[in-house]
Amino acid sequence: MQSTNAVNQANYLEYRGRFKGLFGWIFSTDHKRIGLLYLYSMAVMFSVGVLLGLAMKLELLAPGKTIMDAQDYNATFTVHGVIMIFMVVVPGLPAVFGNFLLPIMIGAKDVAFPKLNLLSWWFYVAGVFLVLAALLFGPGTPDTGWTFYAPYSFKTGTNMLPAIFGAFILGFSSILTGLNFLVTIHRMRCPGLKWSKLSLFVWTLYGTAWIQLLATPVVGITLVLVALERLFGVGIFDPALGGDPILYQHLFWIYSHPAVYIMILPAMGAISEIIPTFSQKHIFGYKAIIASTMAIAFVGYLVWGHHMFTAGMSGTAQYYFSLLTFLVAIPSAIKVFNWISTMYKGSINIQTPFYWAISFIFVFMIGGLSGLVLGALAANIYVHDTAFVVGHFHYIVFGGTGFAFFAAIHYWFPKIFGRMYDKAWANIGWIVFTIGFLTLYSPMFYLGMMGMPRRYYDYLEEFHGGNILSTFGSWILATGFIIIIVNLVRSARRGEKAEMNPWKGKTLEWTVPSPPPVENFDEIPEIAEDDGPYNY
Amino acid sequence: MSDEKTHIVPYRVYAFVLVALVVLTFLSIAITGYDLGKYTVAGALIFAVVKSFLVLTYFMHLKYDKPYIKIMVGFVFAILVVTIVVTFLDYLYR
Amino acid sequence: MEKVTHAPHDHYDAEASKIGMWLFIFTELLLFGILFVIYSVYRYLNHDAFHLAAAELDTFTGAVNTLILLVSSMTIAMSVTALQKNNKPLTLLLNGITFVIGVVFLVNKYFEWGAKFDHGIFPGSATLAETLSQGEILFFGLYFIMTGLHALHIIIGLVFIAVVMWKVARGKVHAGRSALLENSGLYWHLVDIIWIFLFPLFYLIV
Repeated sequence: MQSTNAVNQANYLEYRGRFKGLFGWIFSTDHKRIGLLYLYSMAVMFSVGVLLGLAMKLELLAPGKTIMDAQDYNATFTVHGVIMIFMVVVPGLPAVFGNFLLPIMIGAKDVAFPKLNLLSWWFYVAGVFLVLAALLFGPGTPDTGWTFYAPYSFKTGTNMLPAIFGAFILGFSSILTGLNFLVTIHRMRCPGLKWSKLSLFVWTLYGTAWIQLLATPVVGITLVLVALERLFGVGIFDPALGGDPILYQHLFWIYSHPAVYIMILPAMGAISEIIPTFSQKHIFGYKAIIASTMAIAFVGYLVWGHHMFTAGMSGTAQYYFSLLTFLVAIPSAIKVFNWISTMYKGSINIQTPFYWAISFIFVFMIGGLSGLVLGALAANIYVHDTAFVVGHFHYIVFGGTGFAFFAAIHYWFPKIFGRMYDKAWANIGWIVFTIGFLTLYSPMFYLGMMGMPRRYYDYLEEFHGGNILSTFGSWILATGFIIIIVNLVRSARRGEKAEMNPWKGKTLEWTVPSPPPVENFDEIPEIAEDDGPYNY
Repeated sequence: MSDEKTHIVPYRVYAFVLVALVVLTFLSIAITGYDLGKYTVAGALIFAVVKSFLVLTYFMHLKYDKPYIKIMVGFVFAILVVTIVVTFLDYLYR
Repeated sequence: MEKVTHAPHDHYDAEASKIGMWLFIFTELLLFGILFVIYSVYRYLNHDAFHLAAAELDTFTGAVNTLILLVSSMTIAMSVTALQKNNKPLTLLLNGITFVIGVVFLVNKYFEWGAKFDHGIFPGSATLAETLSQGEILFFGLYFIMTGLHALHIIIGLVFIAVVMWKVARGKVHAGRSALLENSGLYWHLVDIIWIFLFPLFYLIV
């Protein structure tokens, strides 16, 4: 039955709608095309962010001014942060793989509100252009860091308003995507697909969508307040008028800490798909993974203060935030345990996505454990605002979300493009990238422990060795990135045709042709009582 | 899935609710007229909570909706309350 | 936006659009909720100044706006019943009343703000900085931001209601396809709920 499914429709890549060419893409309400629109726009922004990161590492190659002065360095890390956070990892896996796969994984033809879905992408593009406008025009590139901390964010003479407004619009895009996914998961599951039969990627998208919905408005209104402060001098965050800048930090992190879980939860979901497929074994602890996903989403909403331990909070609040931070580690560790147990006694098929998945677990563990160092009050005061923090969150955000993204693109690439990439080059790309990653970020732990502050374009002579190693690592990482991109771009056009189910996966997206037809299924599938997403 | 029956609410229900809301409004104005000291805020907020509960239940049809929508609404209000409480862990003890 | 593309599988799911609207309302609740967090923090830190400043506001105007907004909430709720009973003229009438009341609310607000501006009370003004304490400046800052944002939502709600009325008149929204009307109602009630909290916090607690 499944092999004949949907063979008599055009596939979504070749389908001709009302518009031709480029317009057929940027005005398409097809969730698969929107997913690819996000993929391409995010790939461009990610490349820009990588270039800025390389520039920063080059500046830190030697003490003193190497290629830029302090002001340029401040602008560079601000823009690097804004691009990487708001335009790459926050939309991240949901916008690309969520859009592409969610309807297929629940046996639907599209998301609940296809036009709204397209609108989210347009908002995304609008936000990107606004932020870029802040870079190129006006009195100067924003230099506040991606956190826009008050009161500096409304005192600085740089071009903050477009950047703030752009971030606001990007937030709106994120909210609309979350809203769309929630309604889709509630209303469009195919007959027989109960909540207890959803694949784990869908479950993590569900948890993520709730955070997107409930956390993003907080940063929205906070950024509006900063803008009003700049325009009218209202005084909400201005200590000269009675405002409390620490309240700004509270509000900012009420969003931005959950945003970390917006980034990491879908990444965990993708890993939870990949590990069972390449172990050819039922996922270990299906319900435990769902429960830990929801626990992370919920508890993660309430730990924001651990970014502010040195800001001047009350001691009571510090104890509370430290305690809850440690609690969040538990569900994350449960997941790692489940992934490892899934592999145990499985018939493991070692392929590129699997390499990415296990390296994800490795770097995520290091990132998570270094997070516990930061969550402990006493240790935090020692390493706060040092390179240690930079190392930690790059291990989580880049090592977590980034590695999972590469795992996901290598896993679903044959489904998305209908072609297989060159596996040998993909493996080479992975090993080079991983070595580069470890060389780039590991020295930061050491440097931070020794006391090197973050966000400085200069450093003392004693930190020179670690920085040389780190900069060297950034070049290896960039080489790996280029190998991966060239291989994928080339294969999307010229790779050999992929089968419907090259990895022998059991989730619904592997029952439709590669690439999927416009309407995904000829007939909406029905899930039998004893079927499940991981029944190997 | 498509033949879910919608519940038609009679006009008089809405009229009763409006009367209740207006009465509560006047009561809240009256009660804050007295000097209740530190309970003034609490008094005014209790009236506001009761009023918004009425609006949510009747005007916004939650009474006739499926349980999961009620749960979601309750959850969101709970999150908001928890956020306020956690923020005040800082300000109360600073 | 008005260019409606009917996909071949365009299906009508009233519950989906209702949940969609509720989820959107949740984001609005959080948006205003955070402003209430800010309000309560600054009220806690500047207790006396907030009392002093709140006495400057006119309780009568606030009460009138509260009452008419409650009435408008009832009329739009009734309009859903009217539509479900296939009474199109009554639906339009009730929606029209809601619309007019919304406009009246904004007119009241305009005069209220205007009076404050005449006294030199507006964000960033010299009077504010010279004559008032920090707590009072914060109070008026929050007053203008929160009532301003609320007024913006009234305007959005009015546009929403106007669009729905037009669609009811054209027969695109009818008893069998009433989700859009119900959603405009939900949105309007949200605006009402926010005002239910704004009114005591700014006008009553003096």
